[in-house]
Amino acid sequence: MQPVLDNIALFGRAGLDKVEAVGRSGMILINAIVARPDPVQSFPLLIRQLYSVGVLSMIIIIVSGLFIGMVLALQGYTILVDYGTEQAVGQMVALSLVRELAPVVAALLFAGRAGSALTAEIGLMKATEQLSSMEMIGVDPLRRIIAPRFWAGFISLPILTMIFSAVGVWGAMLVGVEWLGVYEGSFWANMQNSVDFFDDVVNGLIKAQVFGLVVTWVAVFQGYDALPTSEGISQATTKTVVYSSLAILGLDFIMTALMFGDF
Amino acid sequence: MRIRGVELAVGVFMLVGALSLAVLAINVSGLGLSKQEGSYKVYALFENVGGLTARSKVSMSGVTIGQVGAIRIDPERLMAVVEIEMNGDVDYLTVDSSASILTAGLLGEKYIGITTGADDEVLTEGGYIEDTQSSLVLEELIGKFLFNKASE
Repeated sequence: MQPVLDNIALFGRAGLDKVEAVGRSGMILINAIVARPDPVQSFPLLIRQLYSVGVLSMIIIIVSGLFIGMVLALQGYTILVDYGTEQAVGQMVALSLVRELAPVVAALLFAGRAGSALTAEIGLMKATEQLSSMEMIGVDPLRRIIAPRFWAGFISLPILTMIFSAVGVWGAMLVGVEWLGVYEGSFWANMQNSVDFFDDVVNGLIKAQVFGLVVTWVAVFQGYDALPTSEGISQATTKTVVYSSLAILGLDFIMTALMFGDF
Repeated sequence: MRIRGVELAVGVFMLVGALSLAVLAINVSGLGLSKQEGSYKVYALFENVGGLTARSKVSMSGVTIGQVGAIRIDPERLMAVVEIEMNGDVDYLTVDSSASILTAGLLGEKYIGITTGADDEVLTEGGYIEDTQSSLVLEELIGKFLFNKASE
């Protein structure tokens, strides 16, 4: 009887740990950004984080946006040309990019490129006791370390998503118009007729904003909460990528249903 | 100097983001910067608007001269009333103009095609286009065809 009870208790403890972790991550987020904002002093820190989180992610975003746009145009063309409607390729690429692919793929890349780096950086600071030293000299690590990193990710991802969409559409135009010879006028006209600024572009931006919140939140929490060992940091980095990818895909379904589902 | 480089890079990053948003707004979604000024509304009654939606094009000789505003049912005449927002610079449509619901291509979207008449009076705000031709409904067309075949 005893081993059975032990196992059930173990199960319960795991559940409690998870709930506690969620609560802790919420407390960290609130303590870092809501309770004690200090815009003047933390602005230079924010700029530096925007550089390492946003600017340095631009290359991977631009390259993948370009290739995804080009592939979409190529695939769409080969199917649409059978029905003689190849000028709809612009519409197809723009809608799928702006609504779905740009927010999701940019967020997944961002989680891999910037989220994991944030976690590793904060985790290593914890392991080498830089965070505790800050507390010793009276500097709040939440405000000094976590807050600027969080805001940088939150601001960067929507910008990166916009860049992704624009570059993707340009890539589609390169393949569709320049290479495959779709008539340029109908390429753009079809696109402009079907893409609505508020329904499509702004909704995509809202998605990107939510993903930015989730990815950076997961990243800074996993770093701050990592076990201060080399193994702990590697686990935390893995968790960042896995959890934020799953959260992105799950939230994307929910938001798509809310934004574009007719019910 | 190092800090300045970082600030510069972040500034460029922000600008590229804003530029992309502008491209998405203007090029991709076709959001006009200058909102059509002084557009006026005319109405047209149709038997059947099948497939026409708000923001559909209104064109004359293939040139867009306005867009469809709202579509609703006139409860007295039991027909569809289409509100057409004509661009302000369109001042040459006579009161005997005709409006027909056409399809762009075989499977394309519906739009309204306008043909002017010969009257001296022009359409103004709140005017009605009397001469209208409804949307072609494929089922009705096939039905008619079969009926004609059978009666031969």
